[in-house]
Amino acid sequence: MADAIVAEGLVKTYGSIRALDHLDLKVSEGTVLGLLGPNGAGKTTCVRILATLLRPDAGRVSVAGIDVLAHPQRVRQVIGLSGQYAAVDDNLTGYENLEMIGRLYQLGKATARRRAHELLERFELADAAKRTVKTYSGGMRRRLDLAAALITSPPVIFLDEPTTGLDPRSRLGMWDVINERVRSGSTLLLTTQYLEEADQLADEIVVIDHGRAIARGTANELKRQVAGERLEITVALDSEFEAVRAAVEKVCGEVPDADHLTRRVGAPAGSGTRTLLDVARLLDAAGIEPLDIGIRRATLDDVFLTLTGQAAEEDETKASGSATGSRQRTGRGKTGRDETEGVR
Amino acid sequence: MSQVAGALHDGWIVTKRNLIKIKRVPDLLIFSTIQPIMFVLLFAYVFGGAIKVPGVNYKEYLMAGIFTQTVAFGSSLTAIGLADDLTKGIVDRFRSLPMSRAAVLIGRTTSDLLNNLLVVVVMGLCGLLVGWRIHTGILGALAGFGVLFLFGYAMSWIAAVIGLAARSVEVAQSAGFIWLFPMTFLSNAFIPTDTLPSWLQPVADWNPISSIVLGLRDLWGNAPEGLARGSGFPAQHPVLLAALWSVAIVAVFMPLAIAKYRRVSTR
Ligand SMILES: Nc1ncnc2c1ncn2[C@@H]1O[C@H](COP(=O)(O)OP(=O)(O)OP(=O)(O)O)[C@@H](O)[C@H]1O
Ligand SMILES: [Mg+2]
Repeated sequence: MADAIVAEGLVKTYGSIRALDHLDLKVSEGTVLGLLGPNGAGKTTCVRILATLLRPDAGRVSVAGIDVLAHPQRVRQVIGLSGQYAAVDDNLTGYENLEMIGRLYQLGKATARRRAHELLERFELADAAKRTVKTYSGGMRRRLDLAAALITSPPVIFLDEPTTGLDPRSRLGMWDVINERVRSGSTLLLTTQYLEEADQLADEIVVIDHGRAIARGTANELKRQVAGERLEITVALDSEFEAVRAAVEKVCGEVPDADHLTRRVGAPAGSGTRTLLDVARLLDAAGIEPLDIGIRRATLDDVFLTLTGQAAEEDETKASGSATGSRQRTGRGKTGRDETEGVR
Repeated sequence: MSQVAGALHDGWIVTKRNLIKIKRVPDLLIFSTIQPIMFVLLFAYVFGGAIKVPGVNYKEYLMAGIFTQTVAFGSSLTAIGLADDLTKGIVDRFRSLPMSRAAVLIGRTTSDLLNNLLVVVVMGLCGLLVGWRIHTGILGALAGFGVLFLFGYAMSWIAAVIGLAARSVEVAQSAGFIWLFPMTFLSNAFIPTDTLPSWLQPVADWNPISSIVLGLRDLWGNAPEGLARGSGFPAQHPVLLAALWSVAIVAVFMPLAIAKYRRVSTR
């Protein structure tokens, strides 16, 4: 399958900050790429370059087979963009916003009107269509901005944190709309802070930090790569604890993590459910009935925290060797926004 | 679609968008009208008594100056409007669309021209009330307003460059405004240039504002025989010079603004 989005060796620096550091991306036509990364990792910078808003210092970019740097105007005809911050006009109504954007996509008057109405309906904004956007809630603005990105049903869509600020119901609604678009053939690159969202929507995930890709693969591949599966058993009685520990050690072939206080024993489950069954059989034979027994899969949260944590440690090791290695660390993990964002 | 047709098509869409804002948030329009009215009244009744221009009734003399000053200051709207769109991220949206790269600027300068038009109408009425008259008939009147609006439109393109360079609306507001004070006061707008120190006189005579103002006075019959007009070429051909200045400003600043728009990115 052809690649709808290709980025090779993207570099973008702001003063001493390397927002992108030789980033490579490839998205096959009709698939979804999820771009994950902590605050300040370079996700927005990457999206802005792909969407013709920013020129990289180095690298090659093509979208739908068109060279973005050489023919930005042609690229603009085939993309829809919803940036990290809703870019809709406060003084226009929701309907006026969409109609204007449709017209500027060079749709005819009638088509622009029809699409505006359809999308307002689809994004549950029909009731607010005639109100100025000034009176919209944050989530409503966000939805209007997404509608604007989809007004021409573009073949390539960029969504920068599309569901940030949406309530759970709207988020599910958004996922539906996104899935619909992808099923009808669009290619999508989305960034997100919600790992569940990447898990749900993305065919492939690229985790970036400091402008570099630090891991890529499907959600399952990443989970396996980072943490694999673990067997975890909790027992009711102190007297059973030692027997369980021994059984797990025997099956898994290594000394398990055993916490006497919570009476929990855990170890990597090398053969998945096979391991679970083997241990269960041993315990059953010994007449032990655990409170809880199961295989726990790593979540993307684990992946994310492990990967970006590793990267952070490596950085610190490097930094301690040089006098100028004082790059500001910013908010990590799911909460805590980068200080450099926020005000713009 | 040729590039020009595309720019006009998209420019008109952006113009309509800007006009909707004027309609829904008329505050800016109201304040940009109050200021020139204040100037008319202040100069007519407060300074007017102290400033004596030989050979003419000062209120007649004054109006061409205040009209010119008003459209010049009105151009700062363009700087403010563009900076506002930039900081709100709307320009990012526009820049991601397959629309003409000139459209946002054409739309902005056009809607500001229409804004200026309304202000000038209100001011004209105010001028008639304090005793200003056009003595040359309808053609002269129209020619004068043509020169005035062409100049206002040209000034908008200078302001566009300022607005695109400014990092915030506040900066755009002062930067779009501040240089206009020396520019309008160092001219024949309120005083005959022969009252200035002799080394400043040529500066004031060649100031584009002076050409516009003197051109208006000629076209409207507000410059009777014997009025001090400054000296040299600008004194003899103010209307020609006024038109040339406006065309030259557009020729220089329109491409500059468009080039800047292409490269600008939201801060
Ligand atoms: N205009 C700018 N000027 C200076 N530095 C910038 C600018 N834009 C981005 N940066 C820096 O580039 C880096 C990457 O920023 P970017 O916005 O791409 O991060 P992000 O991954 O989108 O973060 P977030 O999750 O917070 O949105 C950050 O360190 C940021 O401070
Ligand atoms: Mg971002």
